Amino acid sequence: MKKTHKLAIAGAAMALTVASGTALAAARDYVSIVGSSTVYPFATVVAERFGKSTGNPTPKVESTGSGGGMKLFCSGVGTKHPDITNASRRMKVSEYQLCQKNGVTDVVEVLIGYDGIVVANSKTKEPFQLTRKDLFLALASQVPGPDGKLIENPYNTWKDVNPALPNTKIEVLGPPPTSGTRDAFAELAMEGGAKKFADLKTLRGSKDADEIKALMEKLGIPASVFNKKGKKVFKAVAHAIREDGHYIEAGENDNLIVQKLEANPNALGIFGFSFLDQNSDKVQGSIIEGVEPEFDTIANKSYPISRPLYFYVKKAHIGVVPGIDGYLSEFSSEKAWGEDGYLAEKGMIPMPEELRAQYADSIKNQKIMTGEEFK
Amino acid sequence: MTDLNQSRTEQIQRSLAKRYRAEKRFRLYGTMAIAFGLLCVVLLFSDIISKGYRAFQQTYVQLEITYDANVLGVTDVGDSQQVALGDFQGIVKKALKARFTEVAGRKAKRDLYGLISNGAGYTLRDRLVANPELLNQTETLWLVADDDIDTYYKSIGSKAGAFIGRTSEGRQNWVAQLVESGDIELRFNRNFFTHGDSREPELAGIRGAAMGSLFTLVVTIMLSFPIGVAAAIYLEEFAPRNRWTDLIEVNINNLAAVPSIIFGLLGLAIFINFFHVPRSVPLVGGLVLTLMTLPTIIISSRAAIKAVPPSIRDAAIGVGASPMQVVLHHVLPLAMPGMLTGAIIGMAQALGETAPLLMIGMVAFIVDVPGGFTDPSTVLPVQIFLWADSPERAFVEKTSAAIMVLLTFLIVMNTLAVVLRKRLERRW
Repeated sequence: MKKTHKLAIAGAAMALTVASGTALAAARDYVSIVGSSTVYPFATVVAERFGKSTGNPTPKVESTGSGGGMKLFCSGVGTKHPDITNASRRMKVSEYQLCQKNGVTDVVEVLIGYDGIVVANSKTKEPFQLTRKDLFLALASQVPGPDGKLIENPYNTWKDVNPALPNTKIEVLGPPPTSGTRDAFAELAMEGGAKKFADLKTLRGSKDADEIKALMEKLGIPASVFNKKGKKVFKAVAHAIREDGHYIEAGENDNLIVQKLEANPNALGIFGFSFLDQNSDKVQGSIIEGVEPEFDTIANKSYPISRPLYFYVKKAHIGVVPGIDGYLSEFSSEKAWGEDGYLAEKGMIPMPEELRAQYADSIKNQKIMTGEEFK
Repeated sequence: MTDLNQSRTEQIQRSLAKRYRAEKRFRLYGTMAIAFGLLCVVLLFSDIISKGYRAFQQTYVQLEITYDANVLGVTDVGDSQQVALGDFQGIVKKALKARFTEVAGRKAKRDLYGLISNGAGYTLRDRLVANPELLNQTETLWLVADDDIDTYYKSIGSKAGAFIGRTSEGRQNWVAQLVESGDIELRFNRNFFTHGDSREPELAGIRGAAMGSLFTLVVTIMLSFPIGVAAAIYLEEFAPRNRWTDLIEVNINNLAAVPSIIFGLLGLAIFINFFHVPRSVPLVGGLVLTLMTLPTIIISSRAAIKAVPPSIRDAAIGVGASPMQVVLHHVLPLAMPGMLTGAIIGMAQALGETAPLLMIGMVAFIVDVPGGFTDPSTVLPVQIFLWADSPERAFVEKTSAAIMVLLTFLIVMNTLAVVLRKRLERRW
């Protein structure tokens, strides 16, 4: 008889589950945050401090990646959708349109600070002195050959790329394509290097179909890549990273890359500045175009590979889900994102004062994105 | 004939030594395989334990704290509004300033205040609320040090040398002074077992994740065990043997081999998008893990039922028991040990699972320790994943310590399965 009871309980539990689920979806008393794994360490600190100091429930922060966060964020208005999404790049036009389509028309954009991307190696070796051009030549899948046409990347050692560099095999550990760090690295370092070639630079700026076709012919790019915007063709070239074993995808875990660099002193690794800061006894950042990756050089933008960090808020949720406004004012307080704030302590590079004032103002007045930002 | 026989015996004798050698080699391969496996386990455990044991200790600094009402801005401890706004970190700063009177300059002071964890203020707040008479009194307390100091203090005297990357010279001096006066020491890290997650490594604890795992597993076992056992009984004892039952059997076996992330996607589509169960809660995690463990439980339960000898069923039917009575009174009690073993192993598998939870939002930063099935939470393996991904150096040892906690749970569960089997098993 006991067993029949058990079965009945199981059935009841199932029914309850479904019923309570529907009821619960209606109310939520904590802020739900999704998005970039790069912003995650900063958003979580603010969330924790906000929760501890106000006694509100601590916001829940999920690390979904910038793209995944945007998708969740833009899927609709209502408490089952997240209130805030973090991004290690700006919202794309396509994502803005997705938001609009799903009724998320009142998005407030906030720039919070910067993050540097470093190319580091083990401390047992000399630091590298690199330029963005070196990085492009070493890592691109296709590079301009002697006649100007694009060829499969022929370089095997750093010395092949630039005679001033050591004669060691090119071995770079970096994030996979799903990572925001990879996007930012491609955009800032690879594009920056590709621009150093005259033909590629003209291609980037060109909007004239005939000129683009002529340049593509000259560079030997197959016609199938053609796009009305030269910039897109340029990106297809600059963002393609070689897949012949010289660039090793090491997963999203930056700590792992640091460990691998320790084990292999000849390899270089690509990761966020805060990991360099925490492991300065094991690894050192390469000097890029004469500038060392340091807190100050990233803040004053003299270090060339740094990226902006954002978050996006749904205005419709402010006041509906308790705690959003409190979280926002904690984030935009001087003790958090200021020069000496606790986010700087965690490795985020703060914005200059006037930008801080500007974005604190857009939080206060809940300035909604209009679509003009992308023009 | 005799010639032939002799030569055959000779042949055998000649090959005998070779055969013995082959036999010996064969056994050696087996021993080597086991030795290799054991070596890997030893390496794994010694690596984790050597990295993680320090996390059970935490650096504490002794300070003389004065609950100065003026600094705190608190005149009445009973007023929760006042207490919430009180500057408890302020009295910590004041105590540090009193301890190191020579420190001047804004930067040096900031450095000095960084010796003590940001969480110390909350500890003092809770202390004052519990003991209101302490207002305007002075007491000597051990406070949690900042994670940079903790990493530095633990690395002093290590083979690789002290890690000074994040500890300025000033701080090193202060730590040296504290060491001299005996005001800094390693103590048992209670926070690790009583706190939820935190971005400050010195405050981060495993309790939130452990409670999340507990709630998730309760949901999983409440659902998967009865459903799995019912399915197994029906399929073994009542279902007719035909093409349909064959198809179901093949599918159950296939489901047991499906990668767990697929169950996460299924859970996202059905439970969250269709039934609107909230994201990131143990309820939805338990439902998804139920889907994942069901095939395991059904298969092991069927095997347990099959192992009950038919003579017992025949005897029961012979004395007039109905089919249901045969199952409930005889087959089920005899098969129960095997079913329980299967269920425990299924639970152990569910306890170590992260991939399906990724899809349903349980890979998240959650500070508050969950108190029920519908509070947002994470689970132990997710906590390990999140800590492994954190930049702060002190999280490395926390990660290993969390792995030790998870392994302990797994070993306990598997031992329980073995003990149950030994205790309850019957031989025929």
